[in-house]
Amino acid sequence: MSSLQTISLSGSKKEVSKKEMTFLEKLYLIAIIKGLWITIKHFFKKKATIQYPDQVRPFSPVYRGRHMLKRDSQGRENCTACGLCALSCPAEAITMKAAERKPGEEHLYREEKYAEIYEINMLRCIFCGLCEEACPKDAIYLTISKELVPAQYHREDFIFGKDKLVMPLEMAIRNTQQNSVN
Amino acid sequence: MDSALIIEKSVVIVAVFVFTMIMAMYSTWAERKVAAYLQDRIGPNRAGWGGLLQPLADGLKLFAKEEFEPNTPNRILFFTGPAIAMSTALITSAVIPWGDKLELFGRTVILQATDIDVSILYVFGIVSIGVYGIMIGGWASNNKFSLMGAVRAASQMVSYEVAMGLSIIALLMMTGTLSLKEIAQQQSGLHWNVFYQPLSFLIFLICAFAETNRTPFDLAECESELIGGYHTEYSSMKMGFYLFAEYANMFISATIISVLFFGGYNYPGMSWVIEHWGNNAGNLLGMLALFVKLCFFIFFFMWVRWTIPRFRYDQLMHLGWKILIPLGIINIVITGIVLLRSEIFAFLGF
Amino acid sequence: MSTVLIIFYILSAITLSMAFLAVFTRNPIHSAIYLVVCMMSIGGHFLLFNSQFLAIVQIIVYAGAIMVLILYTIMLMDLNKEHEVHRPRVTRLVAIILFSLTCIILILIFINSDPVAGTIDRYDNFGEDFQSIKKLGKVLLNEYLVPFEYASILLLTAMIGAVLLSKKEKPGK
Repeated sequence: MSSLQTISLSGSKKEVSKKEMTFLEKLYLIAIIKGLWITIKHFFKKKATIQYPDQVRPFSPVYRGRHMLKRDSQGRENCTACGLCALSCPAEAITMKAAERKPGEEHLYREEKYAEIYEINMLRCIFCGLCEEACPKDAIYLTISKELVPAQYHREDFIFGKDKLVMPLEMAIRNTQQNSVN
Repeated sequence: MDSALIIEKSVVIVAVFVFTMIMAMYSTWAERKVAAYLQDRIGPNRAGWGGLLQPLADGLKLFAKEEFEPNTPNRILFFTGPAIAMSTALITSAVIPWGDKLELFGRTVILQATDIDVSILYVFGIVSIGVYGIMIGGWASNNKFSLMGAVRAASQMVSYEVAMGLSIIALLMMTGTLSLKEIAQQQSGLHWNVFYQPLSFLIFLICAFAETNRTPFDLAECESELIGGYHTEYSSMKMGFYLFAEYANMFISATIISVLFFGGYNYPGMSWVIEHWGNNAGNLLGMLALFVKLCFFIFFFMWVRWTIPRFRYDQLMHLGWKILIPLGIINIVITGIVLLRSEIFAFLGF
Repeated sequence: MSTVLIIFYILSAITLSMAFLAVFTRNPIHSAIYLVVCMMSIGGHFLLFNSQFLAIVQIIVYAGAIMVLILYTIMLMDLNKEHEVHRPRVTRLVAIILFSLTCIILILIFINSDPVAGTIDRYDNFGEDFQSIKKLGKVLLNEYLVPFEYASILLLTAMIGAVLLSKKEKPGK
């Protein structure tokens, strides 16, 4: 038994002793001065704060943030409104309404069918990324926006429509230019 | 009475009042900044440069808040509580000597609102009245947490006033006067009382923490047990007054510590400066010296707040009654023996 | 009327009204607070005599210490109307008679006492501040040393008595 008490599996076992304090320890003055020394050292340390809207912490490559509906290299929307993302969503945050592509809209939508309305309720979304996994057309991504969902004053403002979700055209053009250079 | 004297005194009084208000306001800013820096944060920095307009924003917010009144047994007392707390915190600064004297427009302006014979007792009297602000407010809130907070605050302040008085008596035996101005004058040229009365200084410092209800003695408002303590039911500017009074008290305590123990407006080489640069320059520098000293003590109050955890109530009473008061009495006896050493030696036949 | 007289009348009005209110109010907390204001206005009377020390001591001792403790005890007690004790008529009568007797004695003392006029003359002639703490201390510790020490012994006895009363008896004994 005695050997069991001395074993330390974690290697950090400490023997707790409850011995009488000496007079100097009872005064607590030295302990207080030590404590003050520790806090004053922190006073001059580098501050850990990141002032968010002005400074942004570098995102990890696997972060999941605000969704983005991708455009292809010619600036056309990838999404075909198949509804697989809505089906896979565990929080039921996604709704959409499909529409048929009219002639003359080929430069806007890649396939014959596209999403006329595509809405994600950001209050319901849990940012699990299952929609991204389910998408057969590589249309929805949580990793490219490099943004978090901002705070709003009203609940309605958290329902993001296509105006906020679809990748901006300039971004698509830039991507294409970069890809062609590479 | 001389009308010029009245104008002079009113200017000094208004200046002291405004200075106290501004210091109390910026103590709230400094508290938040110091707390942030000690915890590796930055603190308020949005309102103005470095958050310097933050106190104004806070005040504006408090004014704009809804005034909530609990179902109180006495509305007048509910209003009187914060009023007493605020006014007692502000009128203490009347006896503090901010400097010796200035010569302006051919007049000698004494840099003190009033130099009464019994300044220290005056401060003690006002502080003891300040207890009523907390007690009445806590009782009139008609809330058990407020009452508990008020009772705690009152008993704590009454207990520590005893030890504070004893620590001061040893100092008074040495200085032989109750006037703060004379005490400050006696300490010129680095004869600071802290070197002669270190024990008295330590007791006074600890009691000052308890009197201002600051951590580690802020049992009157410990959130984990009493919500907000005596100001739980207060809202809007009435609560602002309580918080403001706490900071004004802290400022006054810091000033009194610097005047009693750290030479007040004296600084090394003051007589040289007065001789070579003139009286006004020397005394303005003296005011600056006092300002630096009191700023350090305000910082010290905050520094301790973010270092030491809160006491338990029985520990607080034990420290006050069983340690500080006997220590104060021992200090008085030692001071008496040292002061009368020649008589004692003569009596013993040396 | 001089300014001092006007201030005296205002102060006296405050003192007397607060004293009566303290007696007549049913609510014990209000009564205690009226008493506090009364004590502080008495401090004001001392200030009118130019005795700063006594005024401040009045405020520290009565308003700052004693009344705080009284208020403290009242707050901790449950003082409702049901708990009010009804005293029998005989005790009330005895109390009234005792109070009147004390009043008569006090009035007689005031009438027969040496008028202050002579003292004021002496005060003016000396040109010395009799109210300063230095003077007070010297008088207390030279001329009135014995009564002063007796008073301290009285306070000490009261303190020891309080300690004895609050001390719990050990169960073994």
